[in-house]
Amino acid sequence: MPVNLIVNGKRESVDVDTRTTLLDTLREHLKLTGTKKGCDHGQCGACTVVVNGERINSCLTFAVMHEGDEVTTIEGLGMPDNLHPMQAAFIKHDGYQCGYCTPGQICSAVATLEEIKRGIPSHVQEDITQPPRATNIEMRERMSGNICRCGAYSNIADAMAEVAGERA
Amino acid sequence: MREFTYERAASPAEAAAAAVRTQGAKFIAGGTNLIDLMKLEIETPRHLIDVNGLGLDKITETDDGGLRIGALVRNTACAADKRVRRDYGVLTRAIVAGASGQLRNKASTAGNLLQRTRCAYFYDTNMACNKRKPESGCSAIGGVSRQLGLLGVSDKCIATYPGDMAVALRVLDAVVETVKPDGTARAIPIAEFHRMWGDTPHIETALEPGELITAVTLPRPLGGKHIYRKVRDRRSYAFALVSVAAVIQKDGTGRFAVGGVASKPWRTADADAALPNVSAAARAVTSGATPTEDNRFKIALVERTLAGVMAEAQGKEG
Repeated sequence: MPVNLIVNGKRESVDVDTRTTLLDTLREHLKLTGTKKGCDHGQCGACTVVVNGERINSCLTFAVMHEGDEVTTIEGLGMPDNLHPMQAAFIKHDGYQCGYCTPGQICSAVATLEEIKRGIPSHVQEDITQPPRATNIEMRERMSGNICRCGAYSNIADAMAEVAGERA
Repeated sequence: MREFTYERAASPAEAAAAAVRTQGAKFIAGGTNLIDLMKLEIETPRHLIDVNGLGLDKITETDDGGLRIGALVRNTACAADKRVRRDYGVLTRAIVAGASGQLRNKASTAGNLLQRTRCAYFYDTNMACNKRKPESGCSAIGGVSRQLGLLGVSDKCIATYPGDMAVALRVLDAVVETVKPDGTARAIPIAEFHRMWGDTPHIETALEPGELITAVTLPRPLGGKHIYRKVRDRRSYAFALVSVAAVIQKDGTGRFAVGGVASKPWRTADADAALPNVSAAARAVTSGATPTEDNRFKIALVERTLAGVMAEAQGKEG
């Protein structure tokens, strides 16, 4: 089936089997291999991308369901010569070890700060009628869908805190 | 994954009609549970009807002072809605206690209601499972059953309904609105939506073949304190061992439903009536339980979780 996507600002047309996930479309058809396949079941978050402004697991959605959608992957956030502030903060705070979960962590981290800004509530908020704040515990809760088996969590939270602080 | 054909539905009634017209058809909304199960070939639809474009993604006020949540409203959008946060806090609390941010952004209101059990024996296709394959037996009974159910279960199946959102909807007396393939609408009280397993654990809801959920409605607000307390093995992104959704008034009376213990969100009138007496209410709600040695602890855990809820309601604990 033909599908038209806007990936990192660029129009892309692919012809995919109905079974092809958005993740496999990005990696195998568009050769954007920054997005990683971890568990392929929505449990690890390595495949996290931003679709129409919201972070999702690209392994748990079919490409044919995304006609006309805008997809942002790690390549669209920034490249080595033009880093996104979150990428720079991950480097500065050593927010990774093996690096495999990192693209998903960074996409998720960028979207998480947006969600806090938009007032999306979380499990750790004491008063859900008030706007949330970008505290350490908020970021840890909101990032629980991204697993890092090297255990870089505290440095990831530090990187996010720096970016959140810069915006405030 | 098995092959399937795909179409985008043009209207709810057309989607329902298409679902009975094509053998082996299923609706797909967020897809977060269905695609997972398709990869494992536990679900093997031959045809998918994409209902995402049907415009069922709005939350509107009803004439009687309640809310109508469209079937395609994403979990994040529902939890974040100002009216939901203000008047139905238990629903926001339940939603944000479940899954991950990524999943909540994709998962729909209707799909959340229809999510399948996370029983490990249902997921492992090498194991016998009456839910996956009727009359094949149940490996969970006599297996490792710490996570599994003790109410609404049967000698055919001891799986739990795994969700959080529906536990809050049960305490709020929500109503599930649907359209059938012949175009007629119906309203199913949430209490009657999920079934007890009995002899047919593969039939999980009151929905008829092809029947499509169009919305979930909430009656006018109840006031009171809205609490959702979830006990799990990890602090985030894990299914409940036990959860309690409650709306408690100032005098300690109120209502509560329990998750993680039964085939459906579990609530009883005598348990509600026993509040604020925690031990009497917990005894009433777990009455008739048939625990395994592995999950017997959940009976005590229901009482302790409810005690925590009542303490929080009275401001004795954060």
